[in-house]
Amino acid sequence: MTIALQSATVRFGAVVALDDVTIEVPPGSVVAVVGGDGAGKSTLLRAFVREVTLDRGSVQAPDKRQFGYLPAGPGCWAALSVRQNLDFVGGIYGLTGAALAARRAELLDRAGLSDAADRLAGQLSGGMRRKLAACMAMIHRPALLILDEPSTGVDPVSRIDLWRMVSEAAAAGAAVLMSTTYLDEAERAAHLAVLDAGRVLVQGSYDEVRAGFVGAVTRTERPVRAEWAWRRGRERHEYWPDADPPAGSTILEPDLEDIVIALSLVRRAGTVVSS
Amino acid sequence: MTEALLRADGVTRRFGDFTAVDAVSMQLQRGEVVGLLGANGAGKTTLIRMLLGLLATTAGTVALLGGPPDRERRRRLGYVPQSLGLYRDLTVRENLSFGAQAYGARPPLLPPELARYADVLVGDLSLGVQRQAAFLVALAHTPEVLVLDEPTSGVDALARASLWDTIREEADRGVGVLVTTHYMEEAQECDRLLLLADGRLVAEGSEADIVGPTTAVAVHTDDWASAFAALNRAGVPVILAGRAIRVADTDSDELRSTLAAAGIDARLEPVRATIEERMLMLARGRAPA
Repeated sequence: MTIALQSATVRFGAVVALDDVTIEVPPGSVVAVVGGDGAGKSTLLRAFVREVTLDRGSVQAPDKRQFGYLPAGPGCWAALSVRQNLDFVGGIYGLTGAALAARRAELLDRAGLSDAADRLAGQLSGGMRRKLAACMAMIHRPALLILDEPSTGVDPVSRIDLWRMVSEAAAAGAAVLMSTTYLDEAERAAHLAVLDAGRVLVQGSYDEVRAGFVGAVTRTERPVRAEWAWRRGRERHEYWPDADPPAGSTILEPDLEDIVIALSLVRRAGTVVSS
Repeated sequence: MTEALLRADGVTRRFGDFTAVDAVSMQLQRGEVVGLLGANGAGKTTLIRMLLGLLATTAGTVALLGGPPDRERRRRLGYVPQSLGLYRDLTVRENLSFGAQAYGARPPLLPPELARYADVLVGDLSLGVQRQAAFLVALAHTPEVLVLDEPTSGVDALARASLWDTIREEADRGVGVLVTTHYMEEAQECDRLLLLADGRLVAEGSEADIVGPTTAVAVHTDDWASAFAALNRAGVPVILAGRAIRVADTDSDELRSTLAAAGIDARLEPVRATIEERMLMLARGRAPA
């Protein structure tokens, strides 16, 4: 089945949380939604699990026995052990006995949590807790796996474990939709969508996003137009939407971070003009 | 020699049988930005809390601004903990005013992007805005040392860039900044890096110093899913980078035969290892697969 949002708009009072968003999550691949706090990432994910109602547009997604969802926040019960958390959720999906034991062992191994099976979830480090919560979301091998910022605040090593779990789920055929604030994770996804203030700034594969980017990004010590420049490490990058930087400028190949910032600046400039 | 703003000499902290920080020595000088890296649970926050006098050391000594981290010296410090340290049931303006008065300073002017939230309760604001407010509170009394625990976690790319502008401006006027981060891109913005693993300082210096002897190979193939699955099964330290696969510290011939055995056509290319790969190897050294 197609798993997608079509022209979805969601309002919370006067706030437009999602503004005419269309996105598809093909089985067997990872789709990453990136954007800052308040961009609409959680609303987009919650639309797929039908926790928010669309004001306009439509959603096509499997029913609740067929999806796994890791919400923002802890995602597990602090007062239960790692094993109890998994067994409880497994039980909800009808996993019992040897099948549950085998799936539990497999997930704990992939997450590097085998030695922590009897520890209380509340005593785990932040990275371990997020990995446990991801295991819980995928215990029933859902057709659609939805993960809301599984890696925020998680160290690079645990992020690699998380990524391994996510890509294994995709390799086994699941449609995976995850949100992240880490742009390097989005680069790894088969398809990425950049959200800003409820709108999709750009989406496609990383190659498509790069190919579709118009204008020029230059590297400079002294930006010509401060409002179009930003810091990257020790240098500044500056965006020229009409690809008309002054002669002699150093033009560089923008990466995803440059592209996201440049598009955000365009969006903000547009917002000011039209208001 | 100039006196260090922050200094630890052989600092250890134990909680029962557990050694959270193990004989760590480090220092922070005026005008430098030092990045403190390490996995969750490596001891970063425990070390910071000892440096600031919020937690006693089990062994070793710490110095803040040349002496013990007492109340007087802490007045010259700005600290943004992971929890931000704001009062959720006060407005942004009230938090700033309270914070500034506690240090005997004038409340700072609100920058335009924060002014619209001046009278909103902090608990009702998005995390990104809360972070900006916490930062402003920490800077209000023009501290000489700034300690930031994961200042940009969950913040968008543009806000991150502008926060680093502020960090750099502070360093340029002589403030020493100690910052923890899980963004390896941000690690590159630091003047110097410290890498903690299991409470011990395992590497320090530039990014190249941190990566040390770790090597990596990129695996280019049309069928990333099969290649990834095959390498995973073989137990090699594999990482995905886009549709390319990277493997840390593994012999190329071994990789080639593993891939060939799985019937996968791939091209291998030696690449520069990253800090993430060093951290992965450290973690695997502790818990072999």
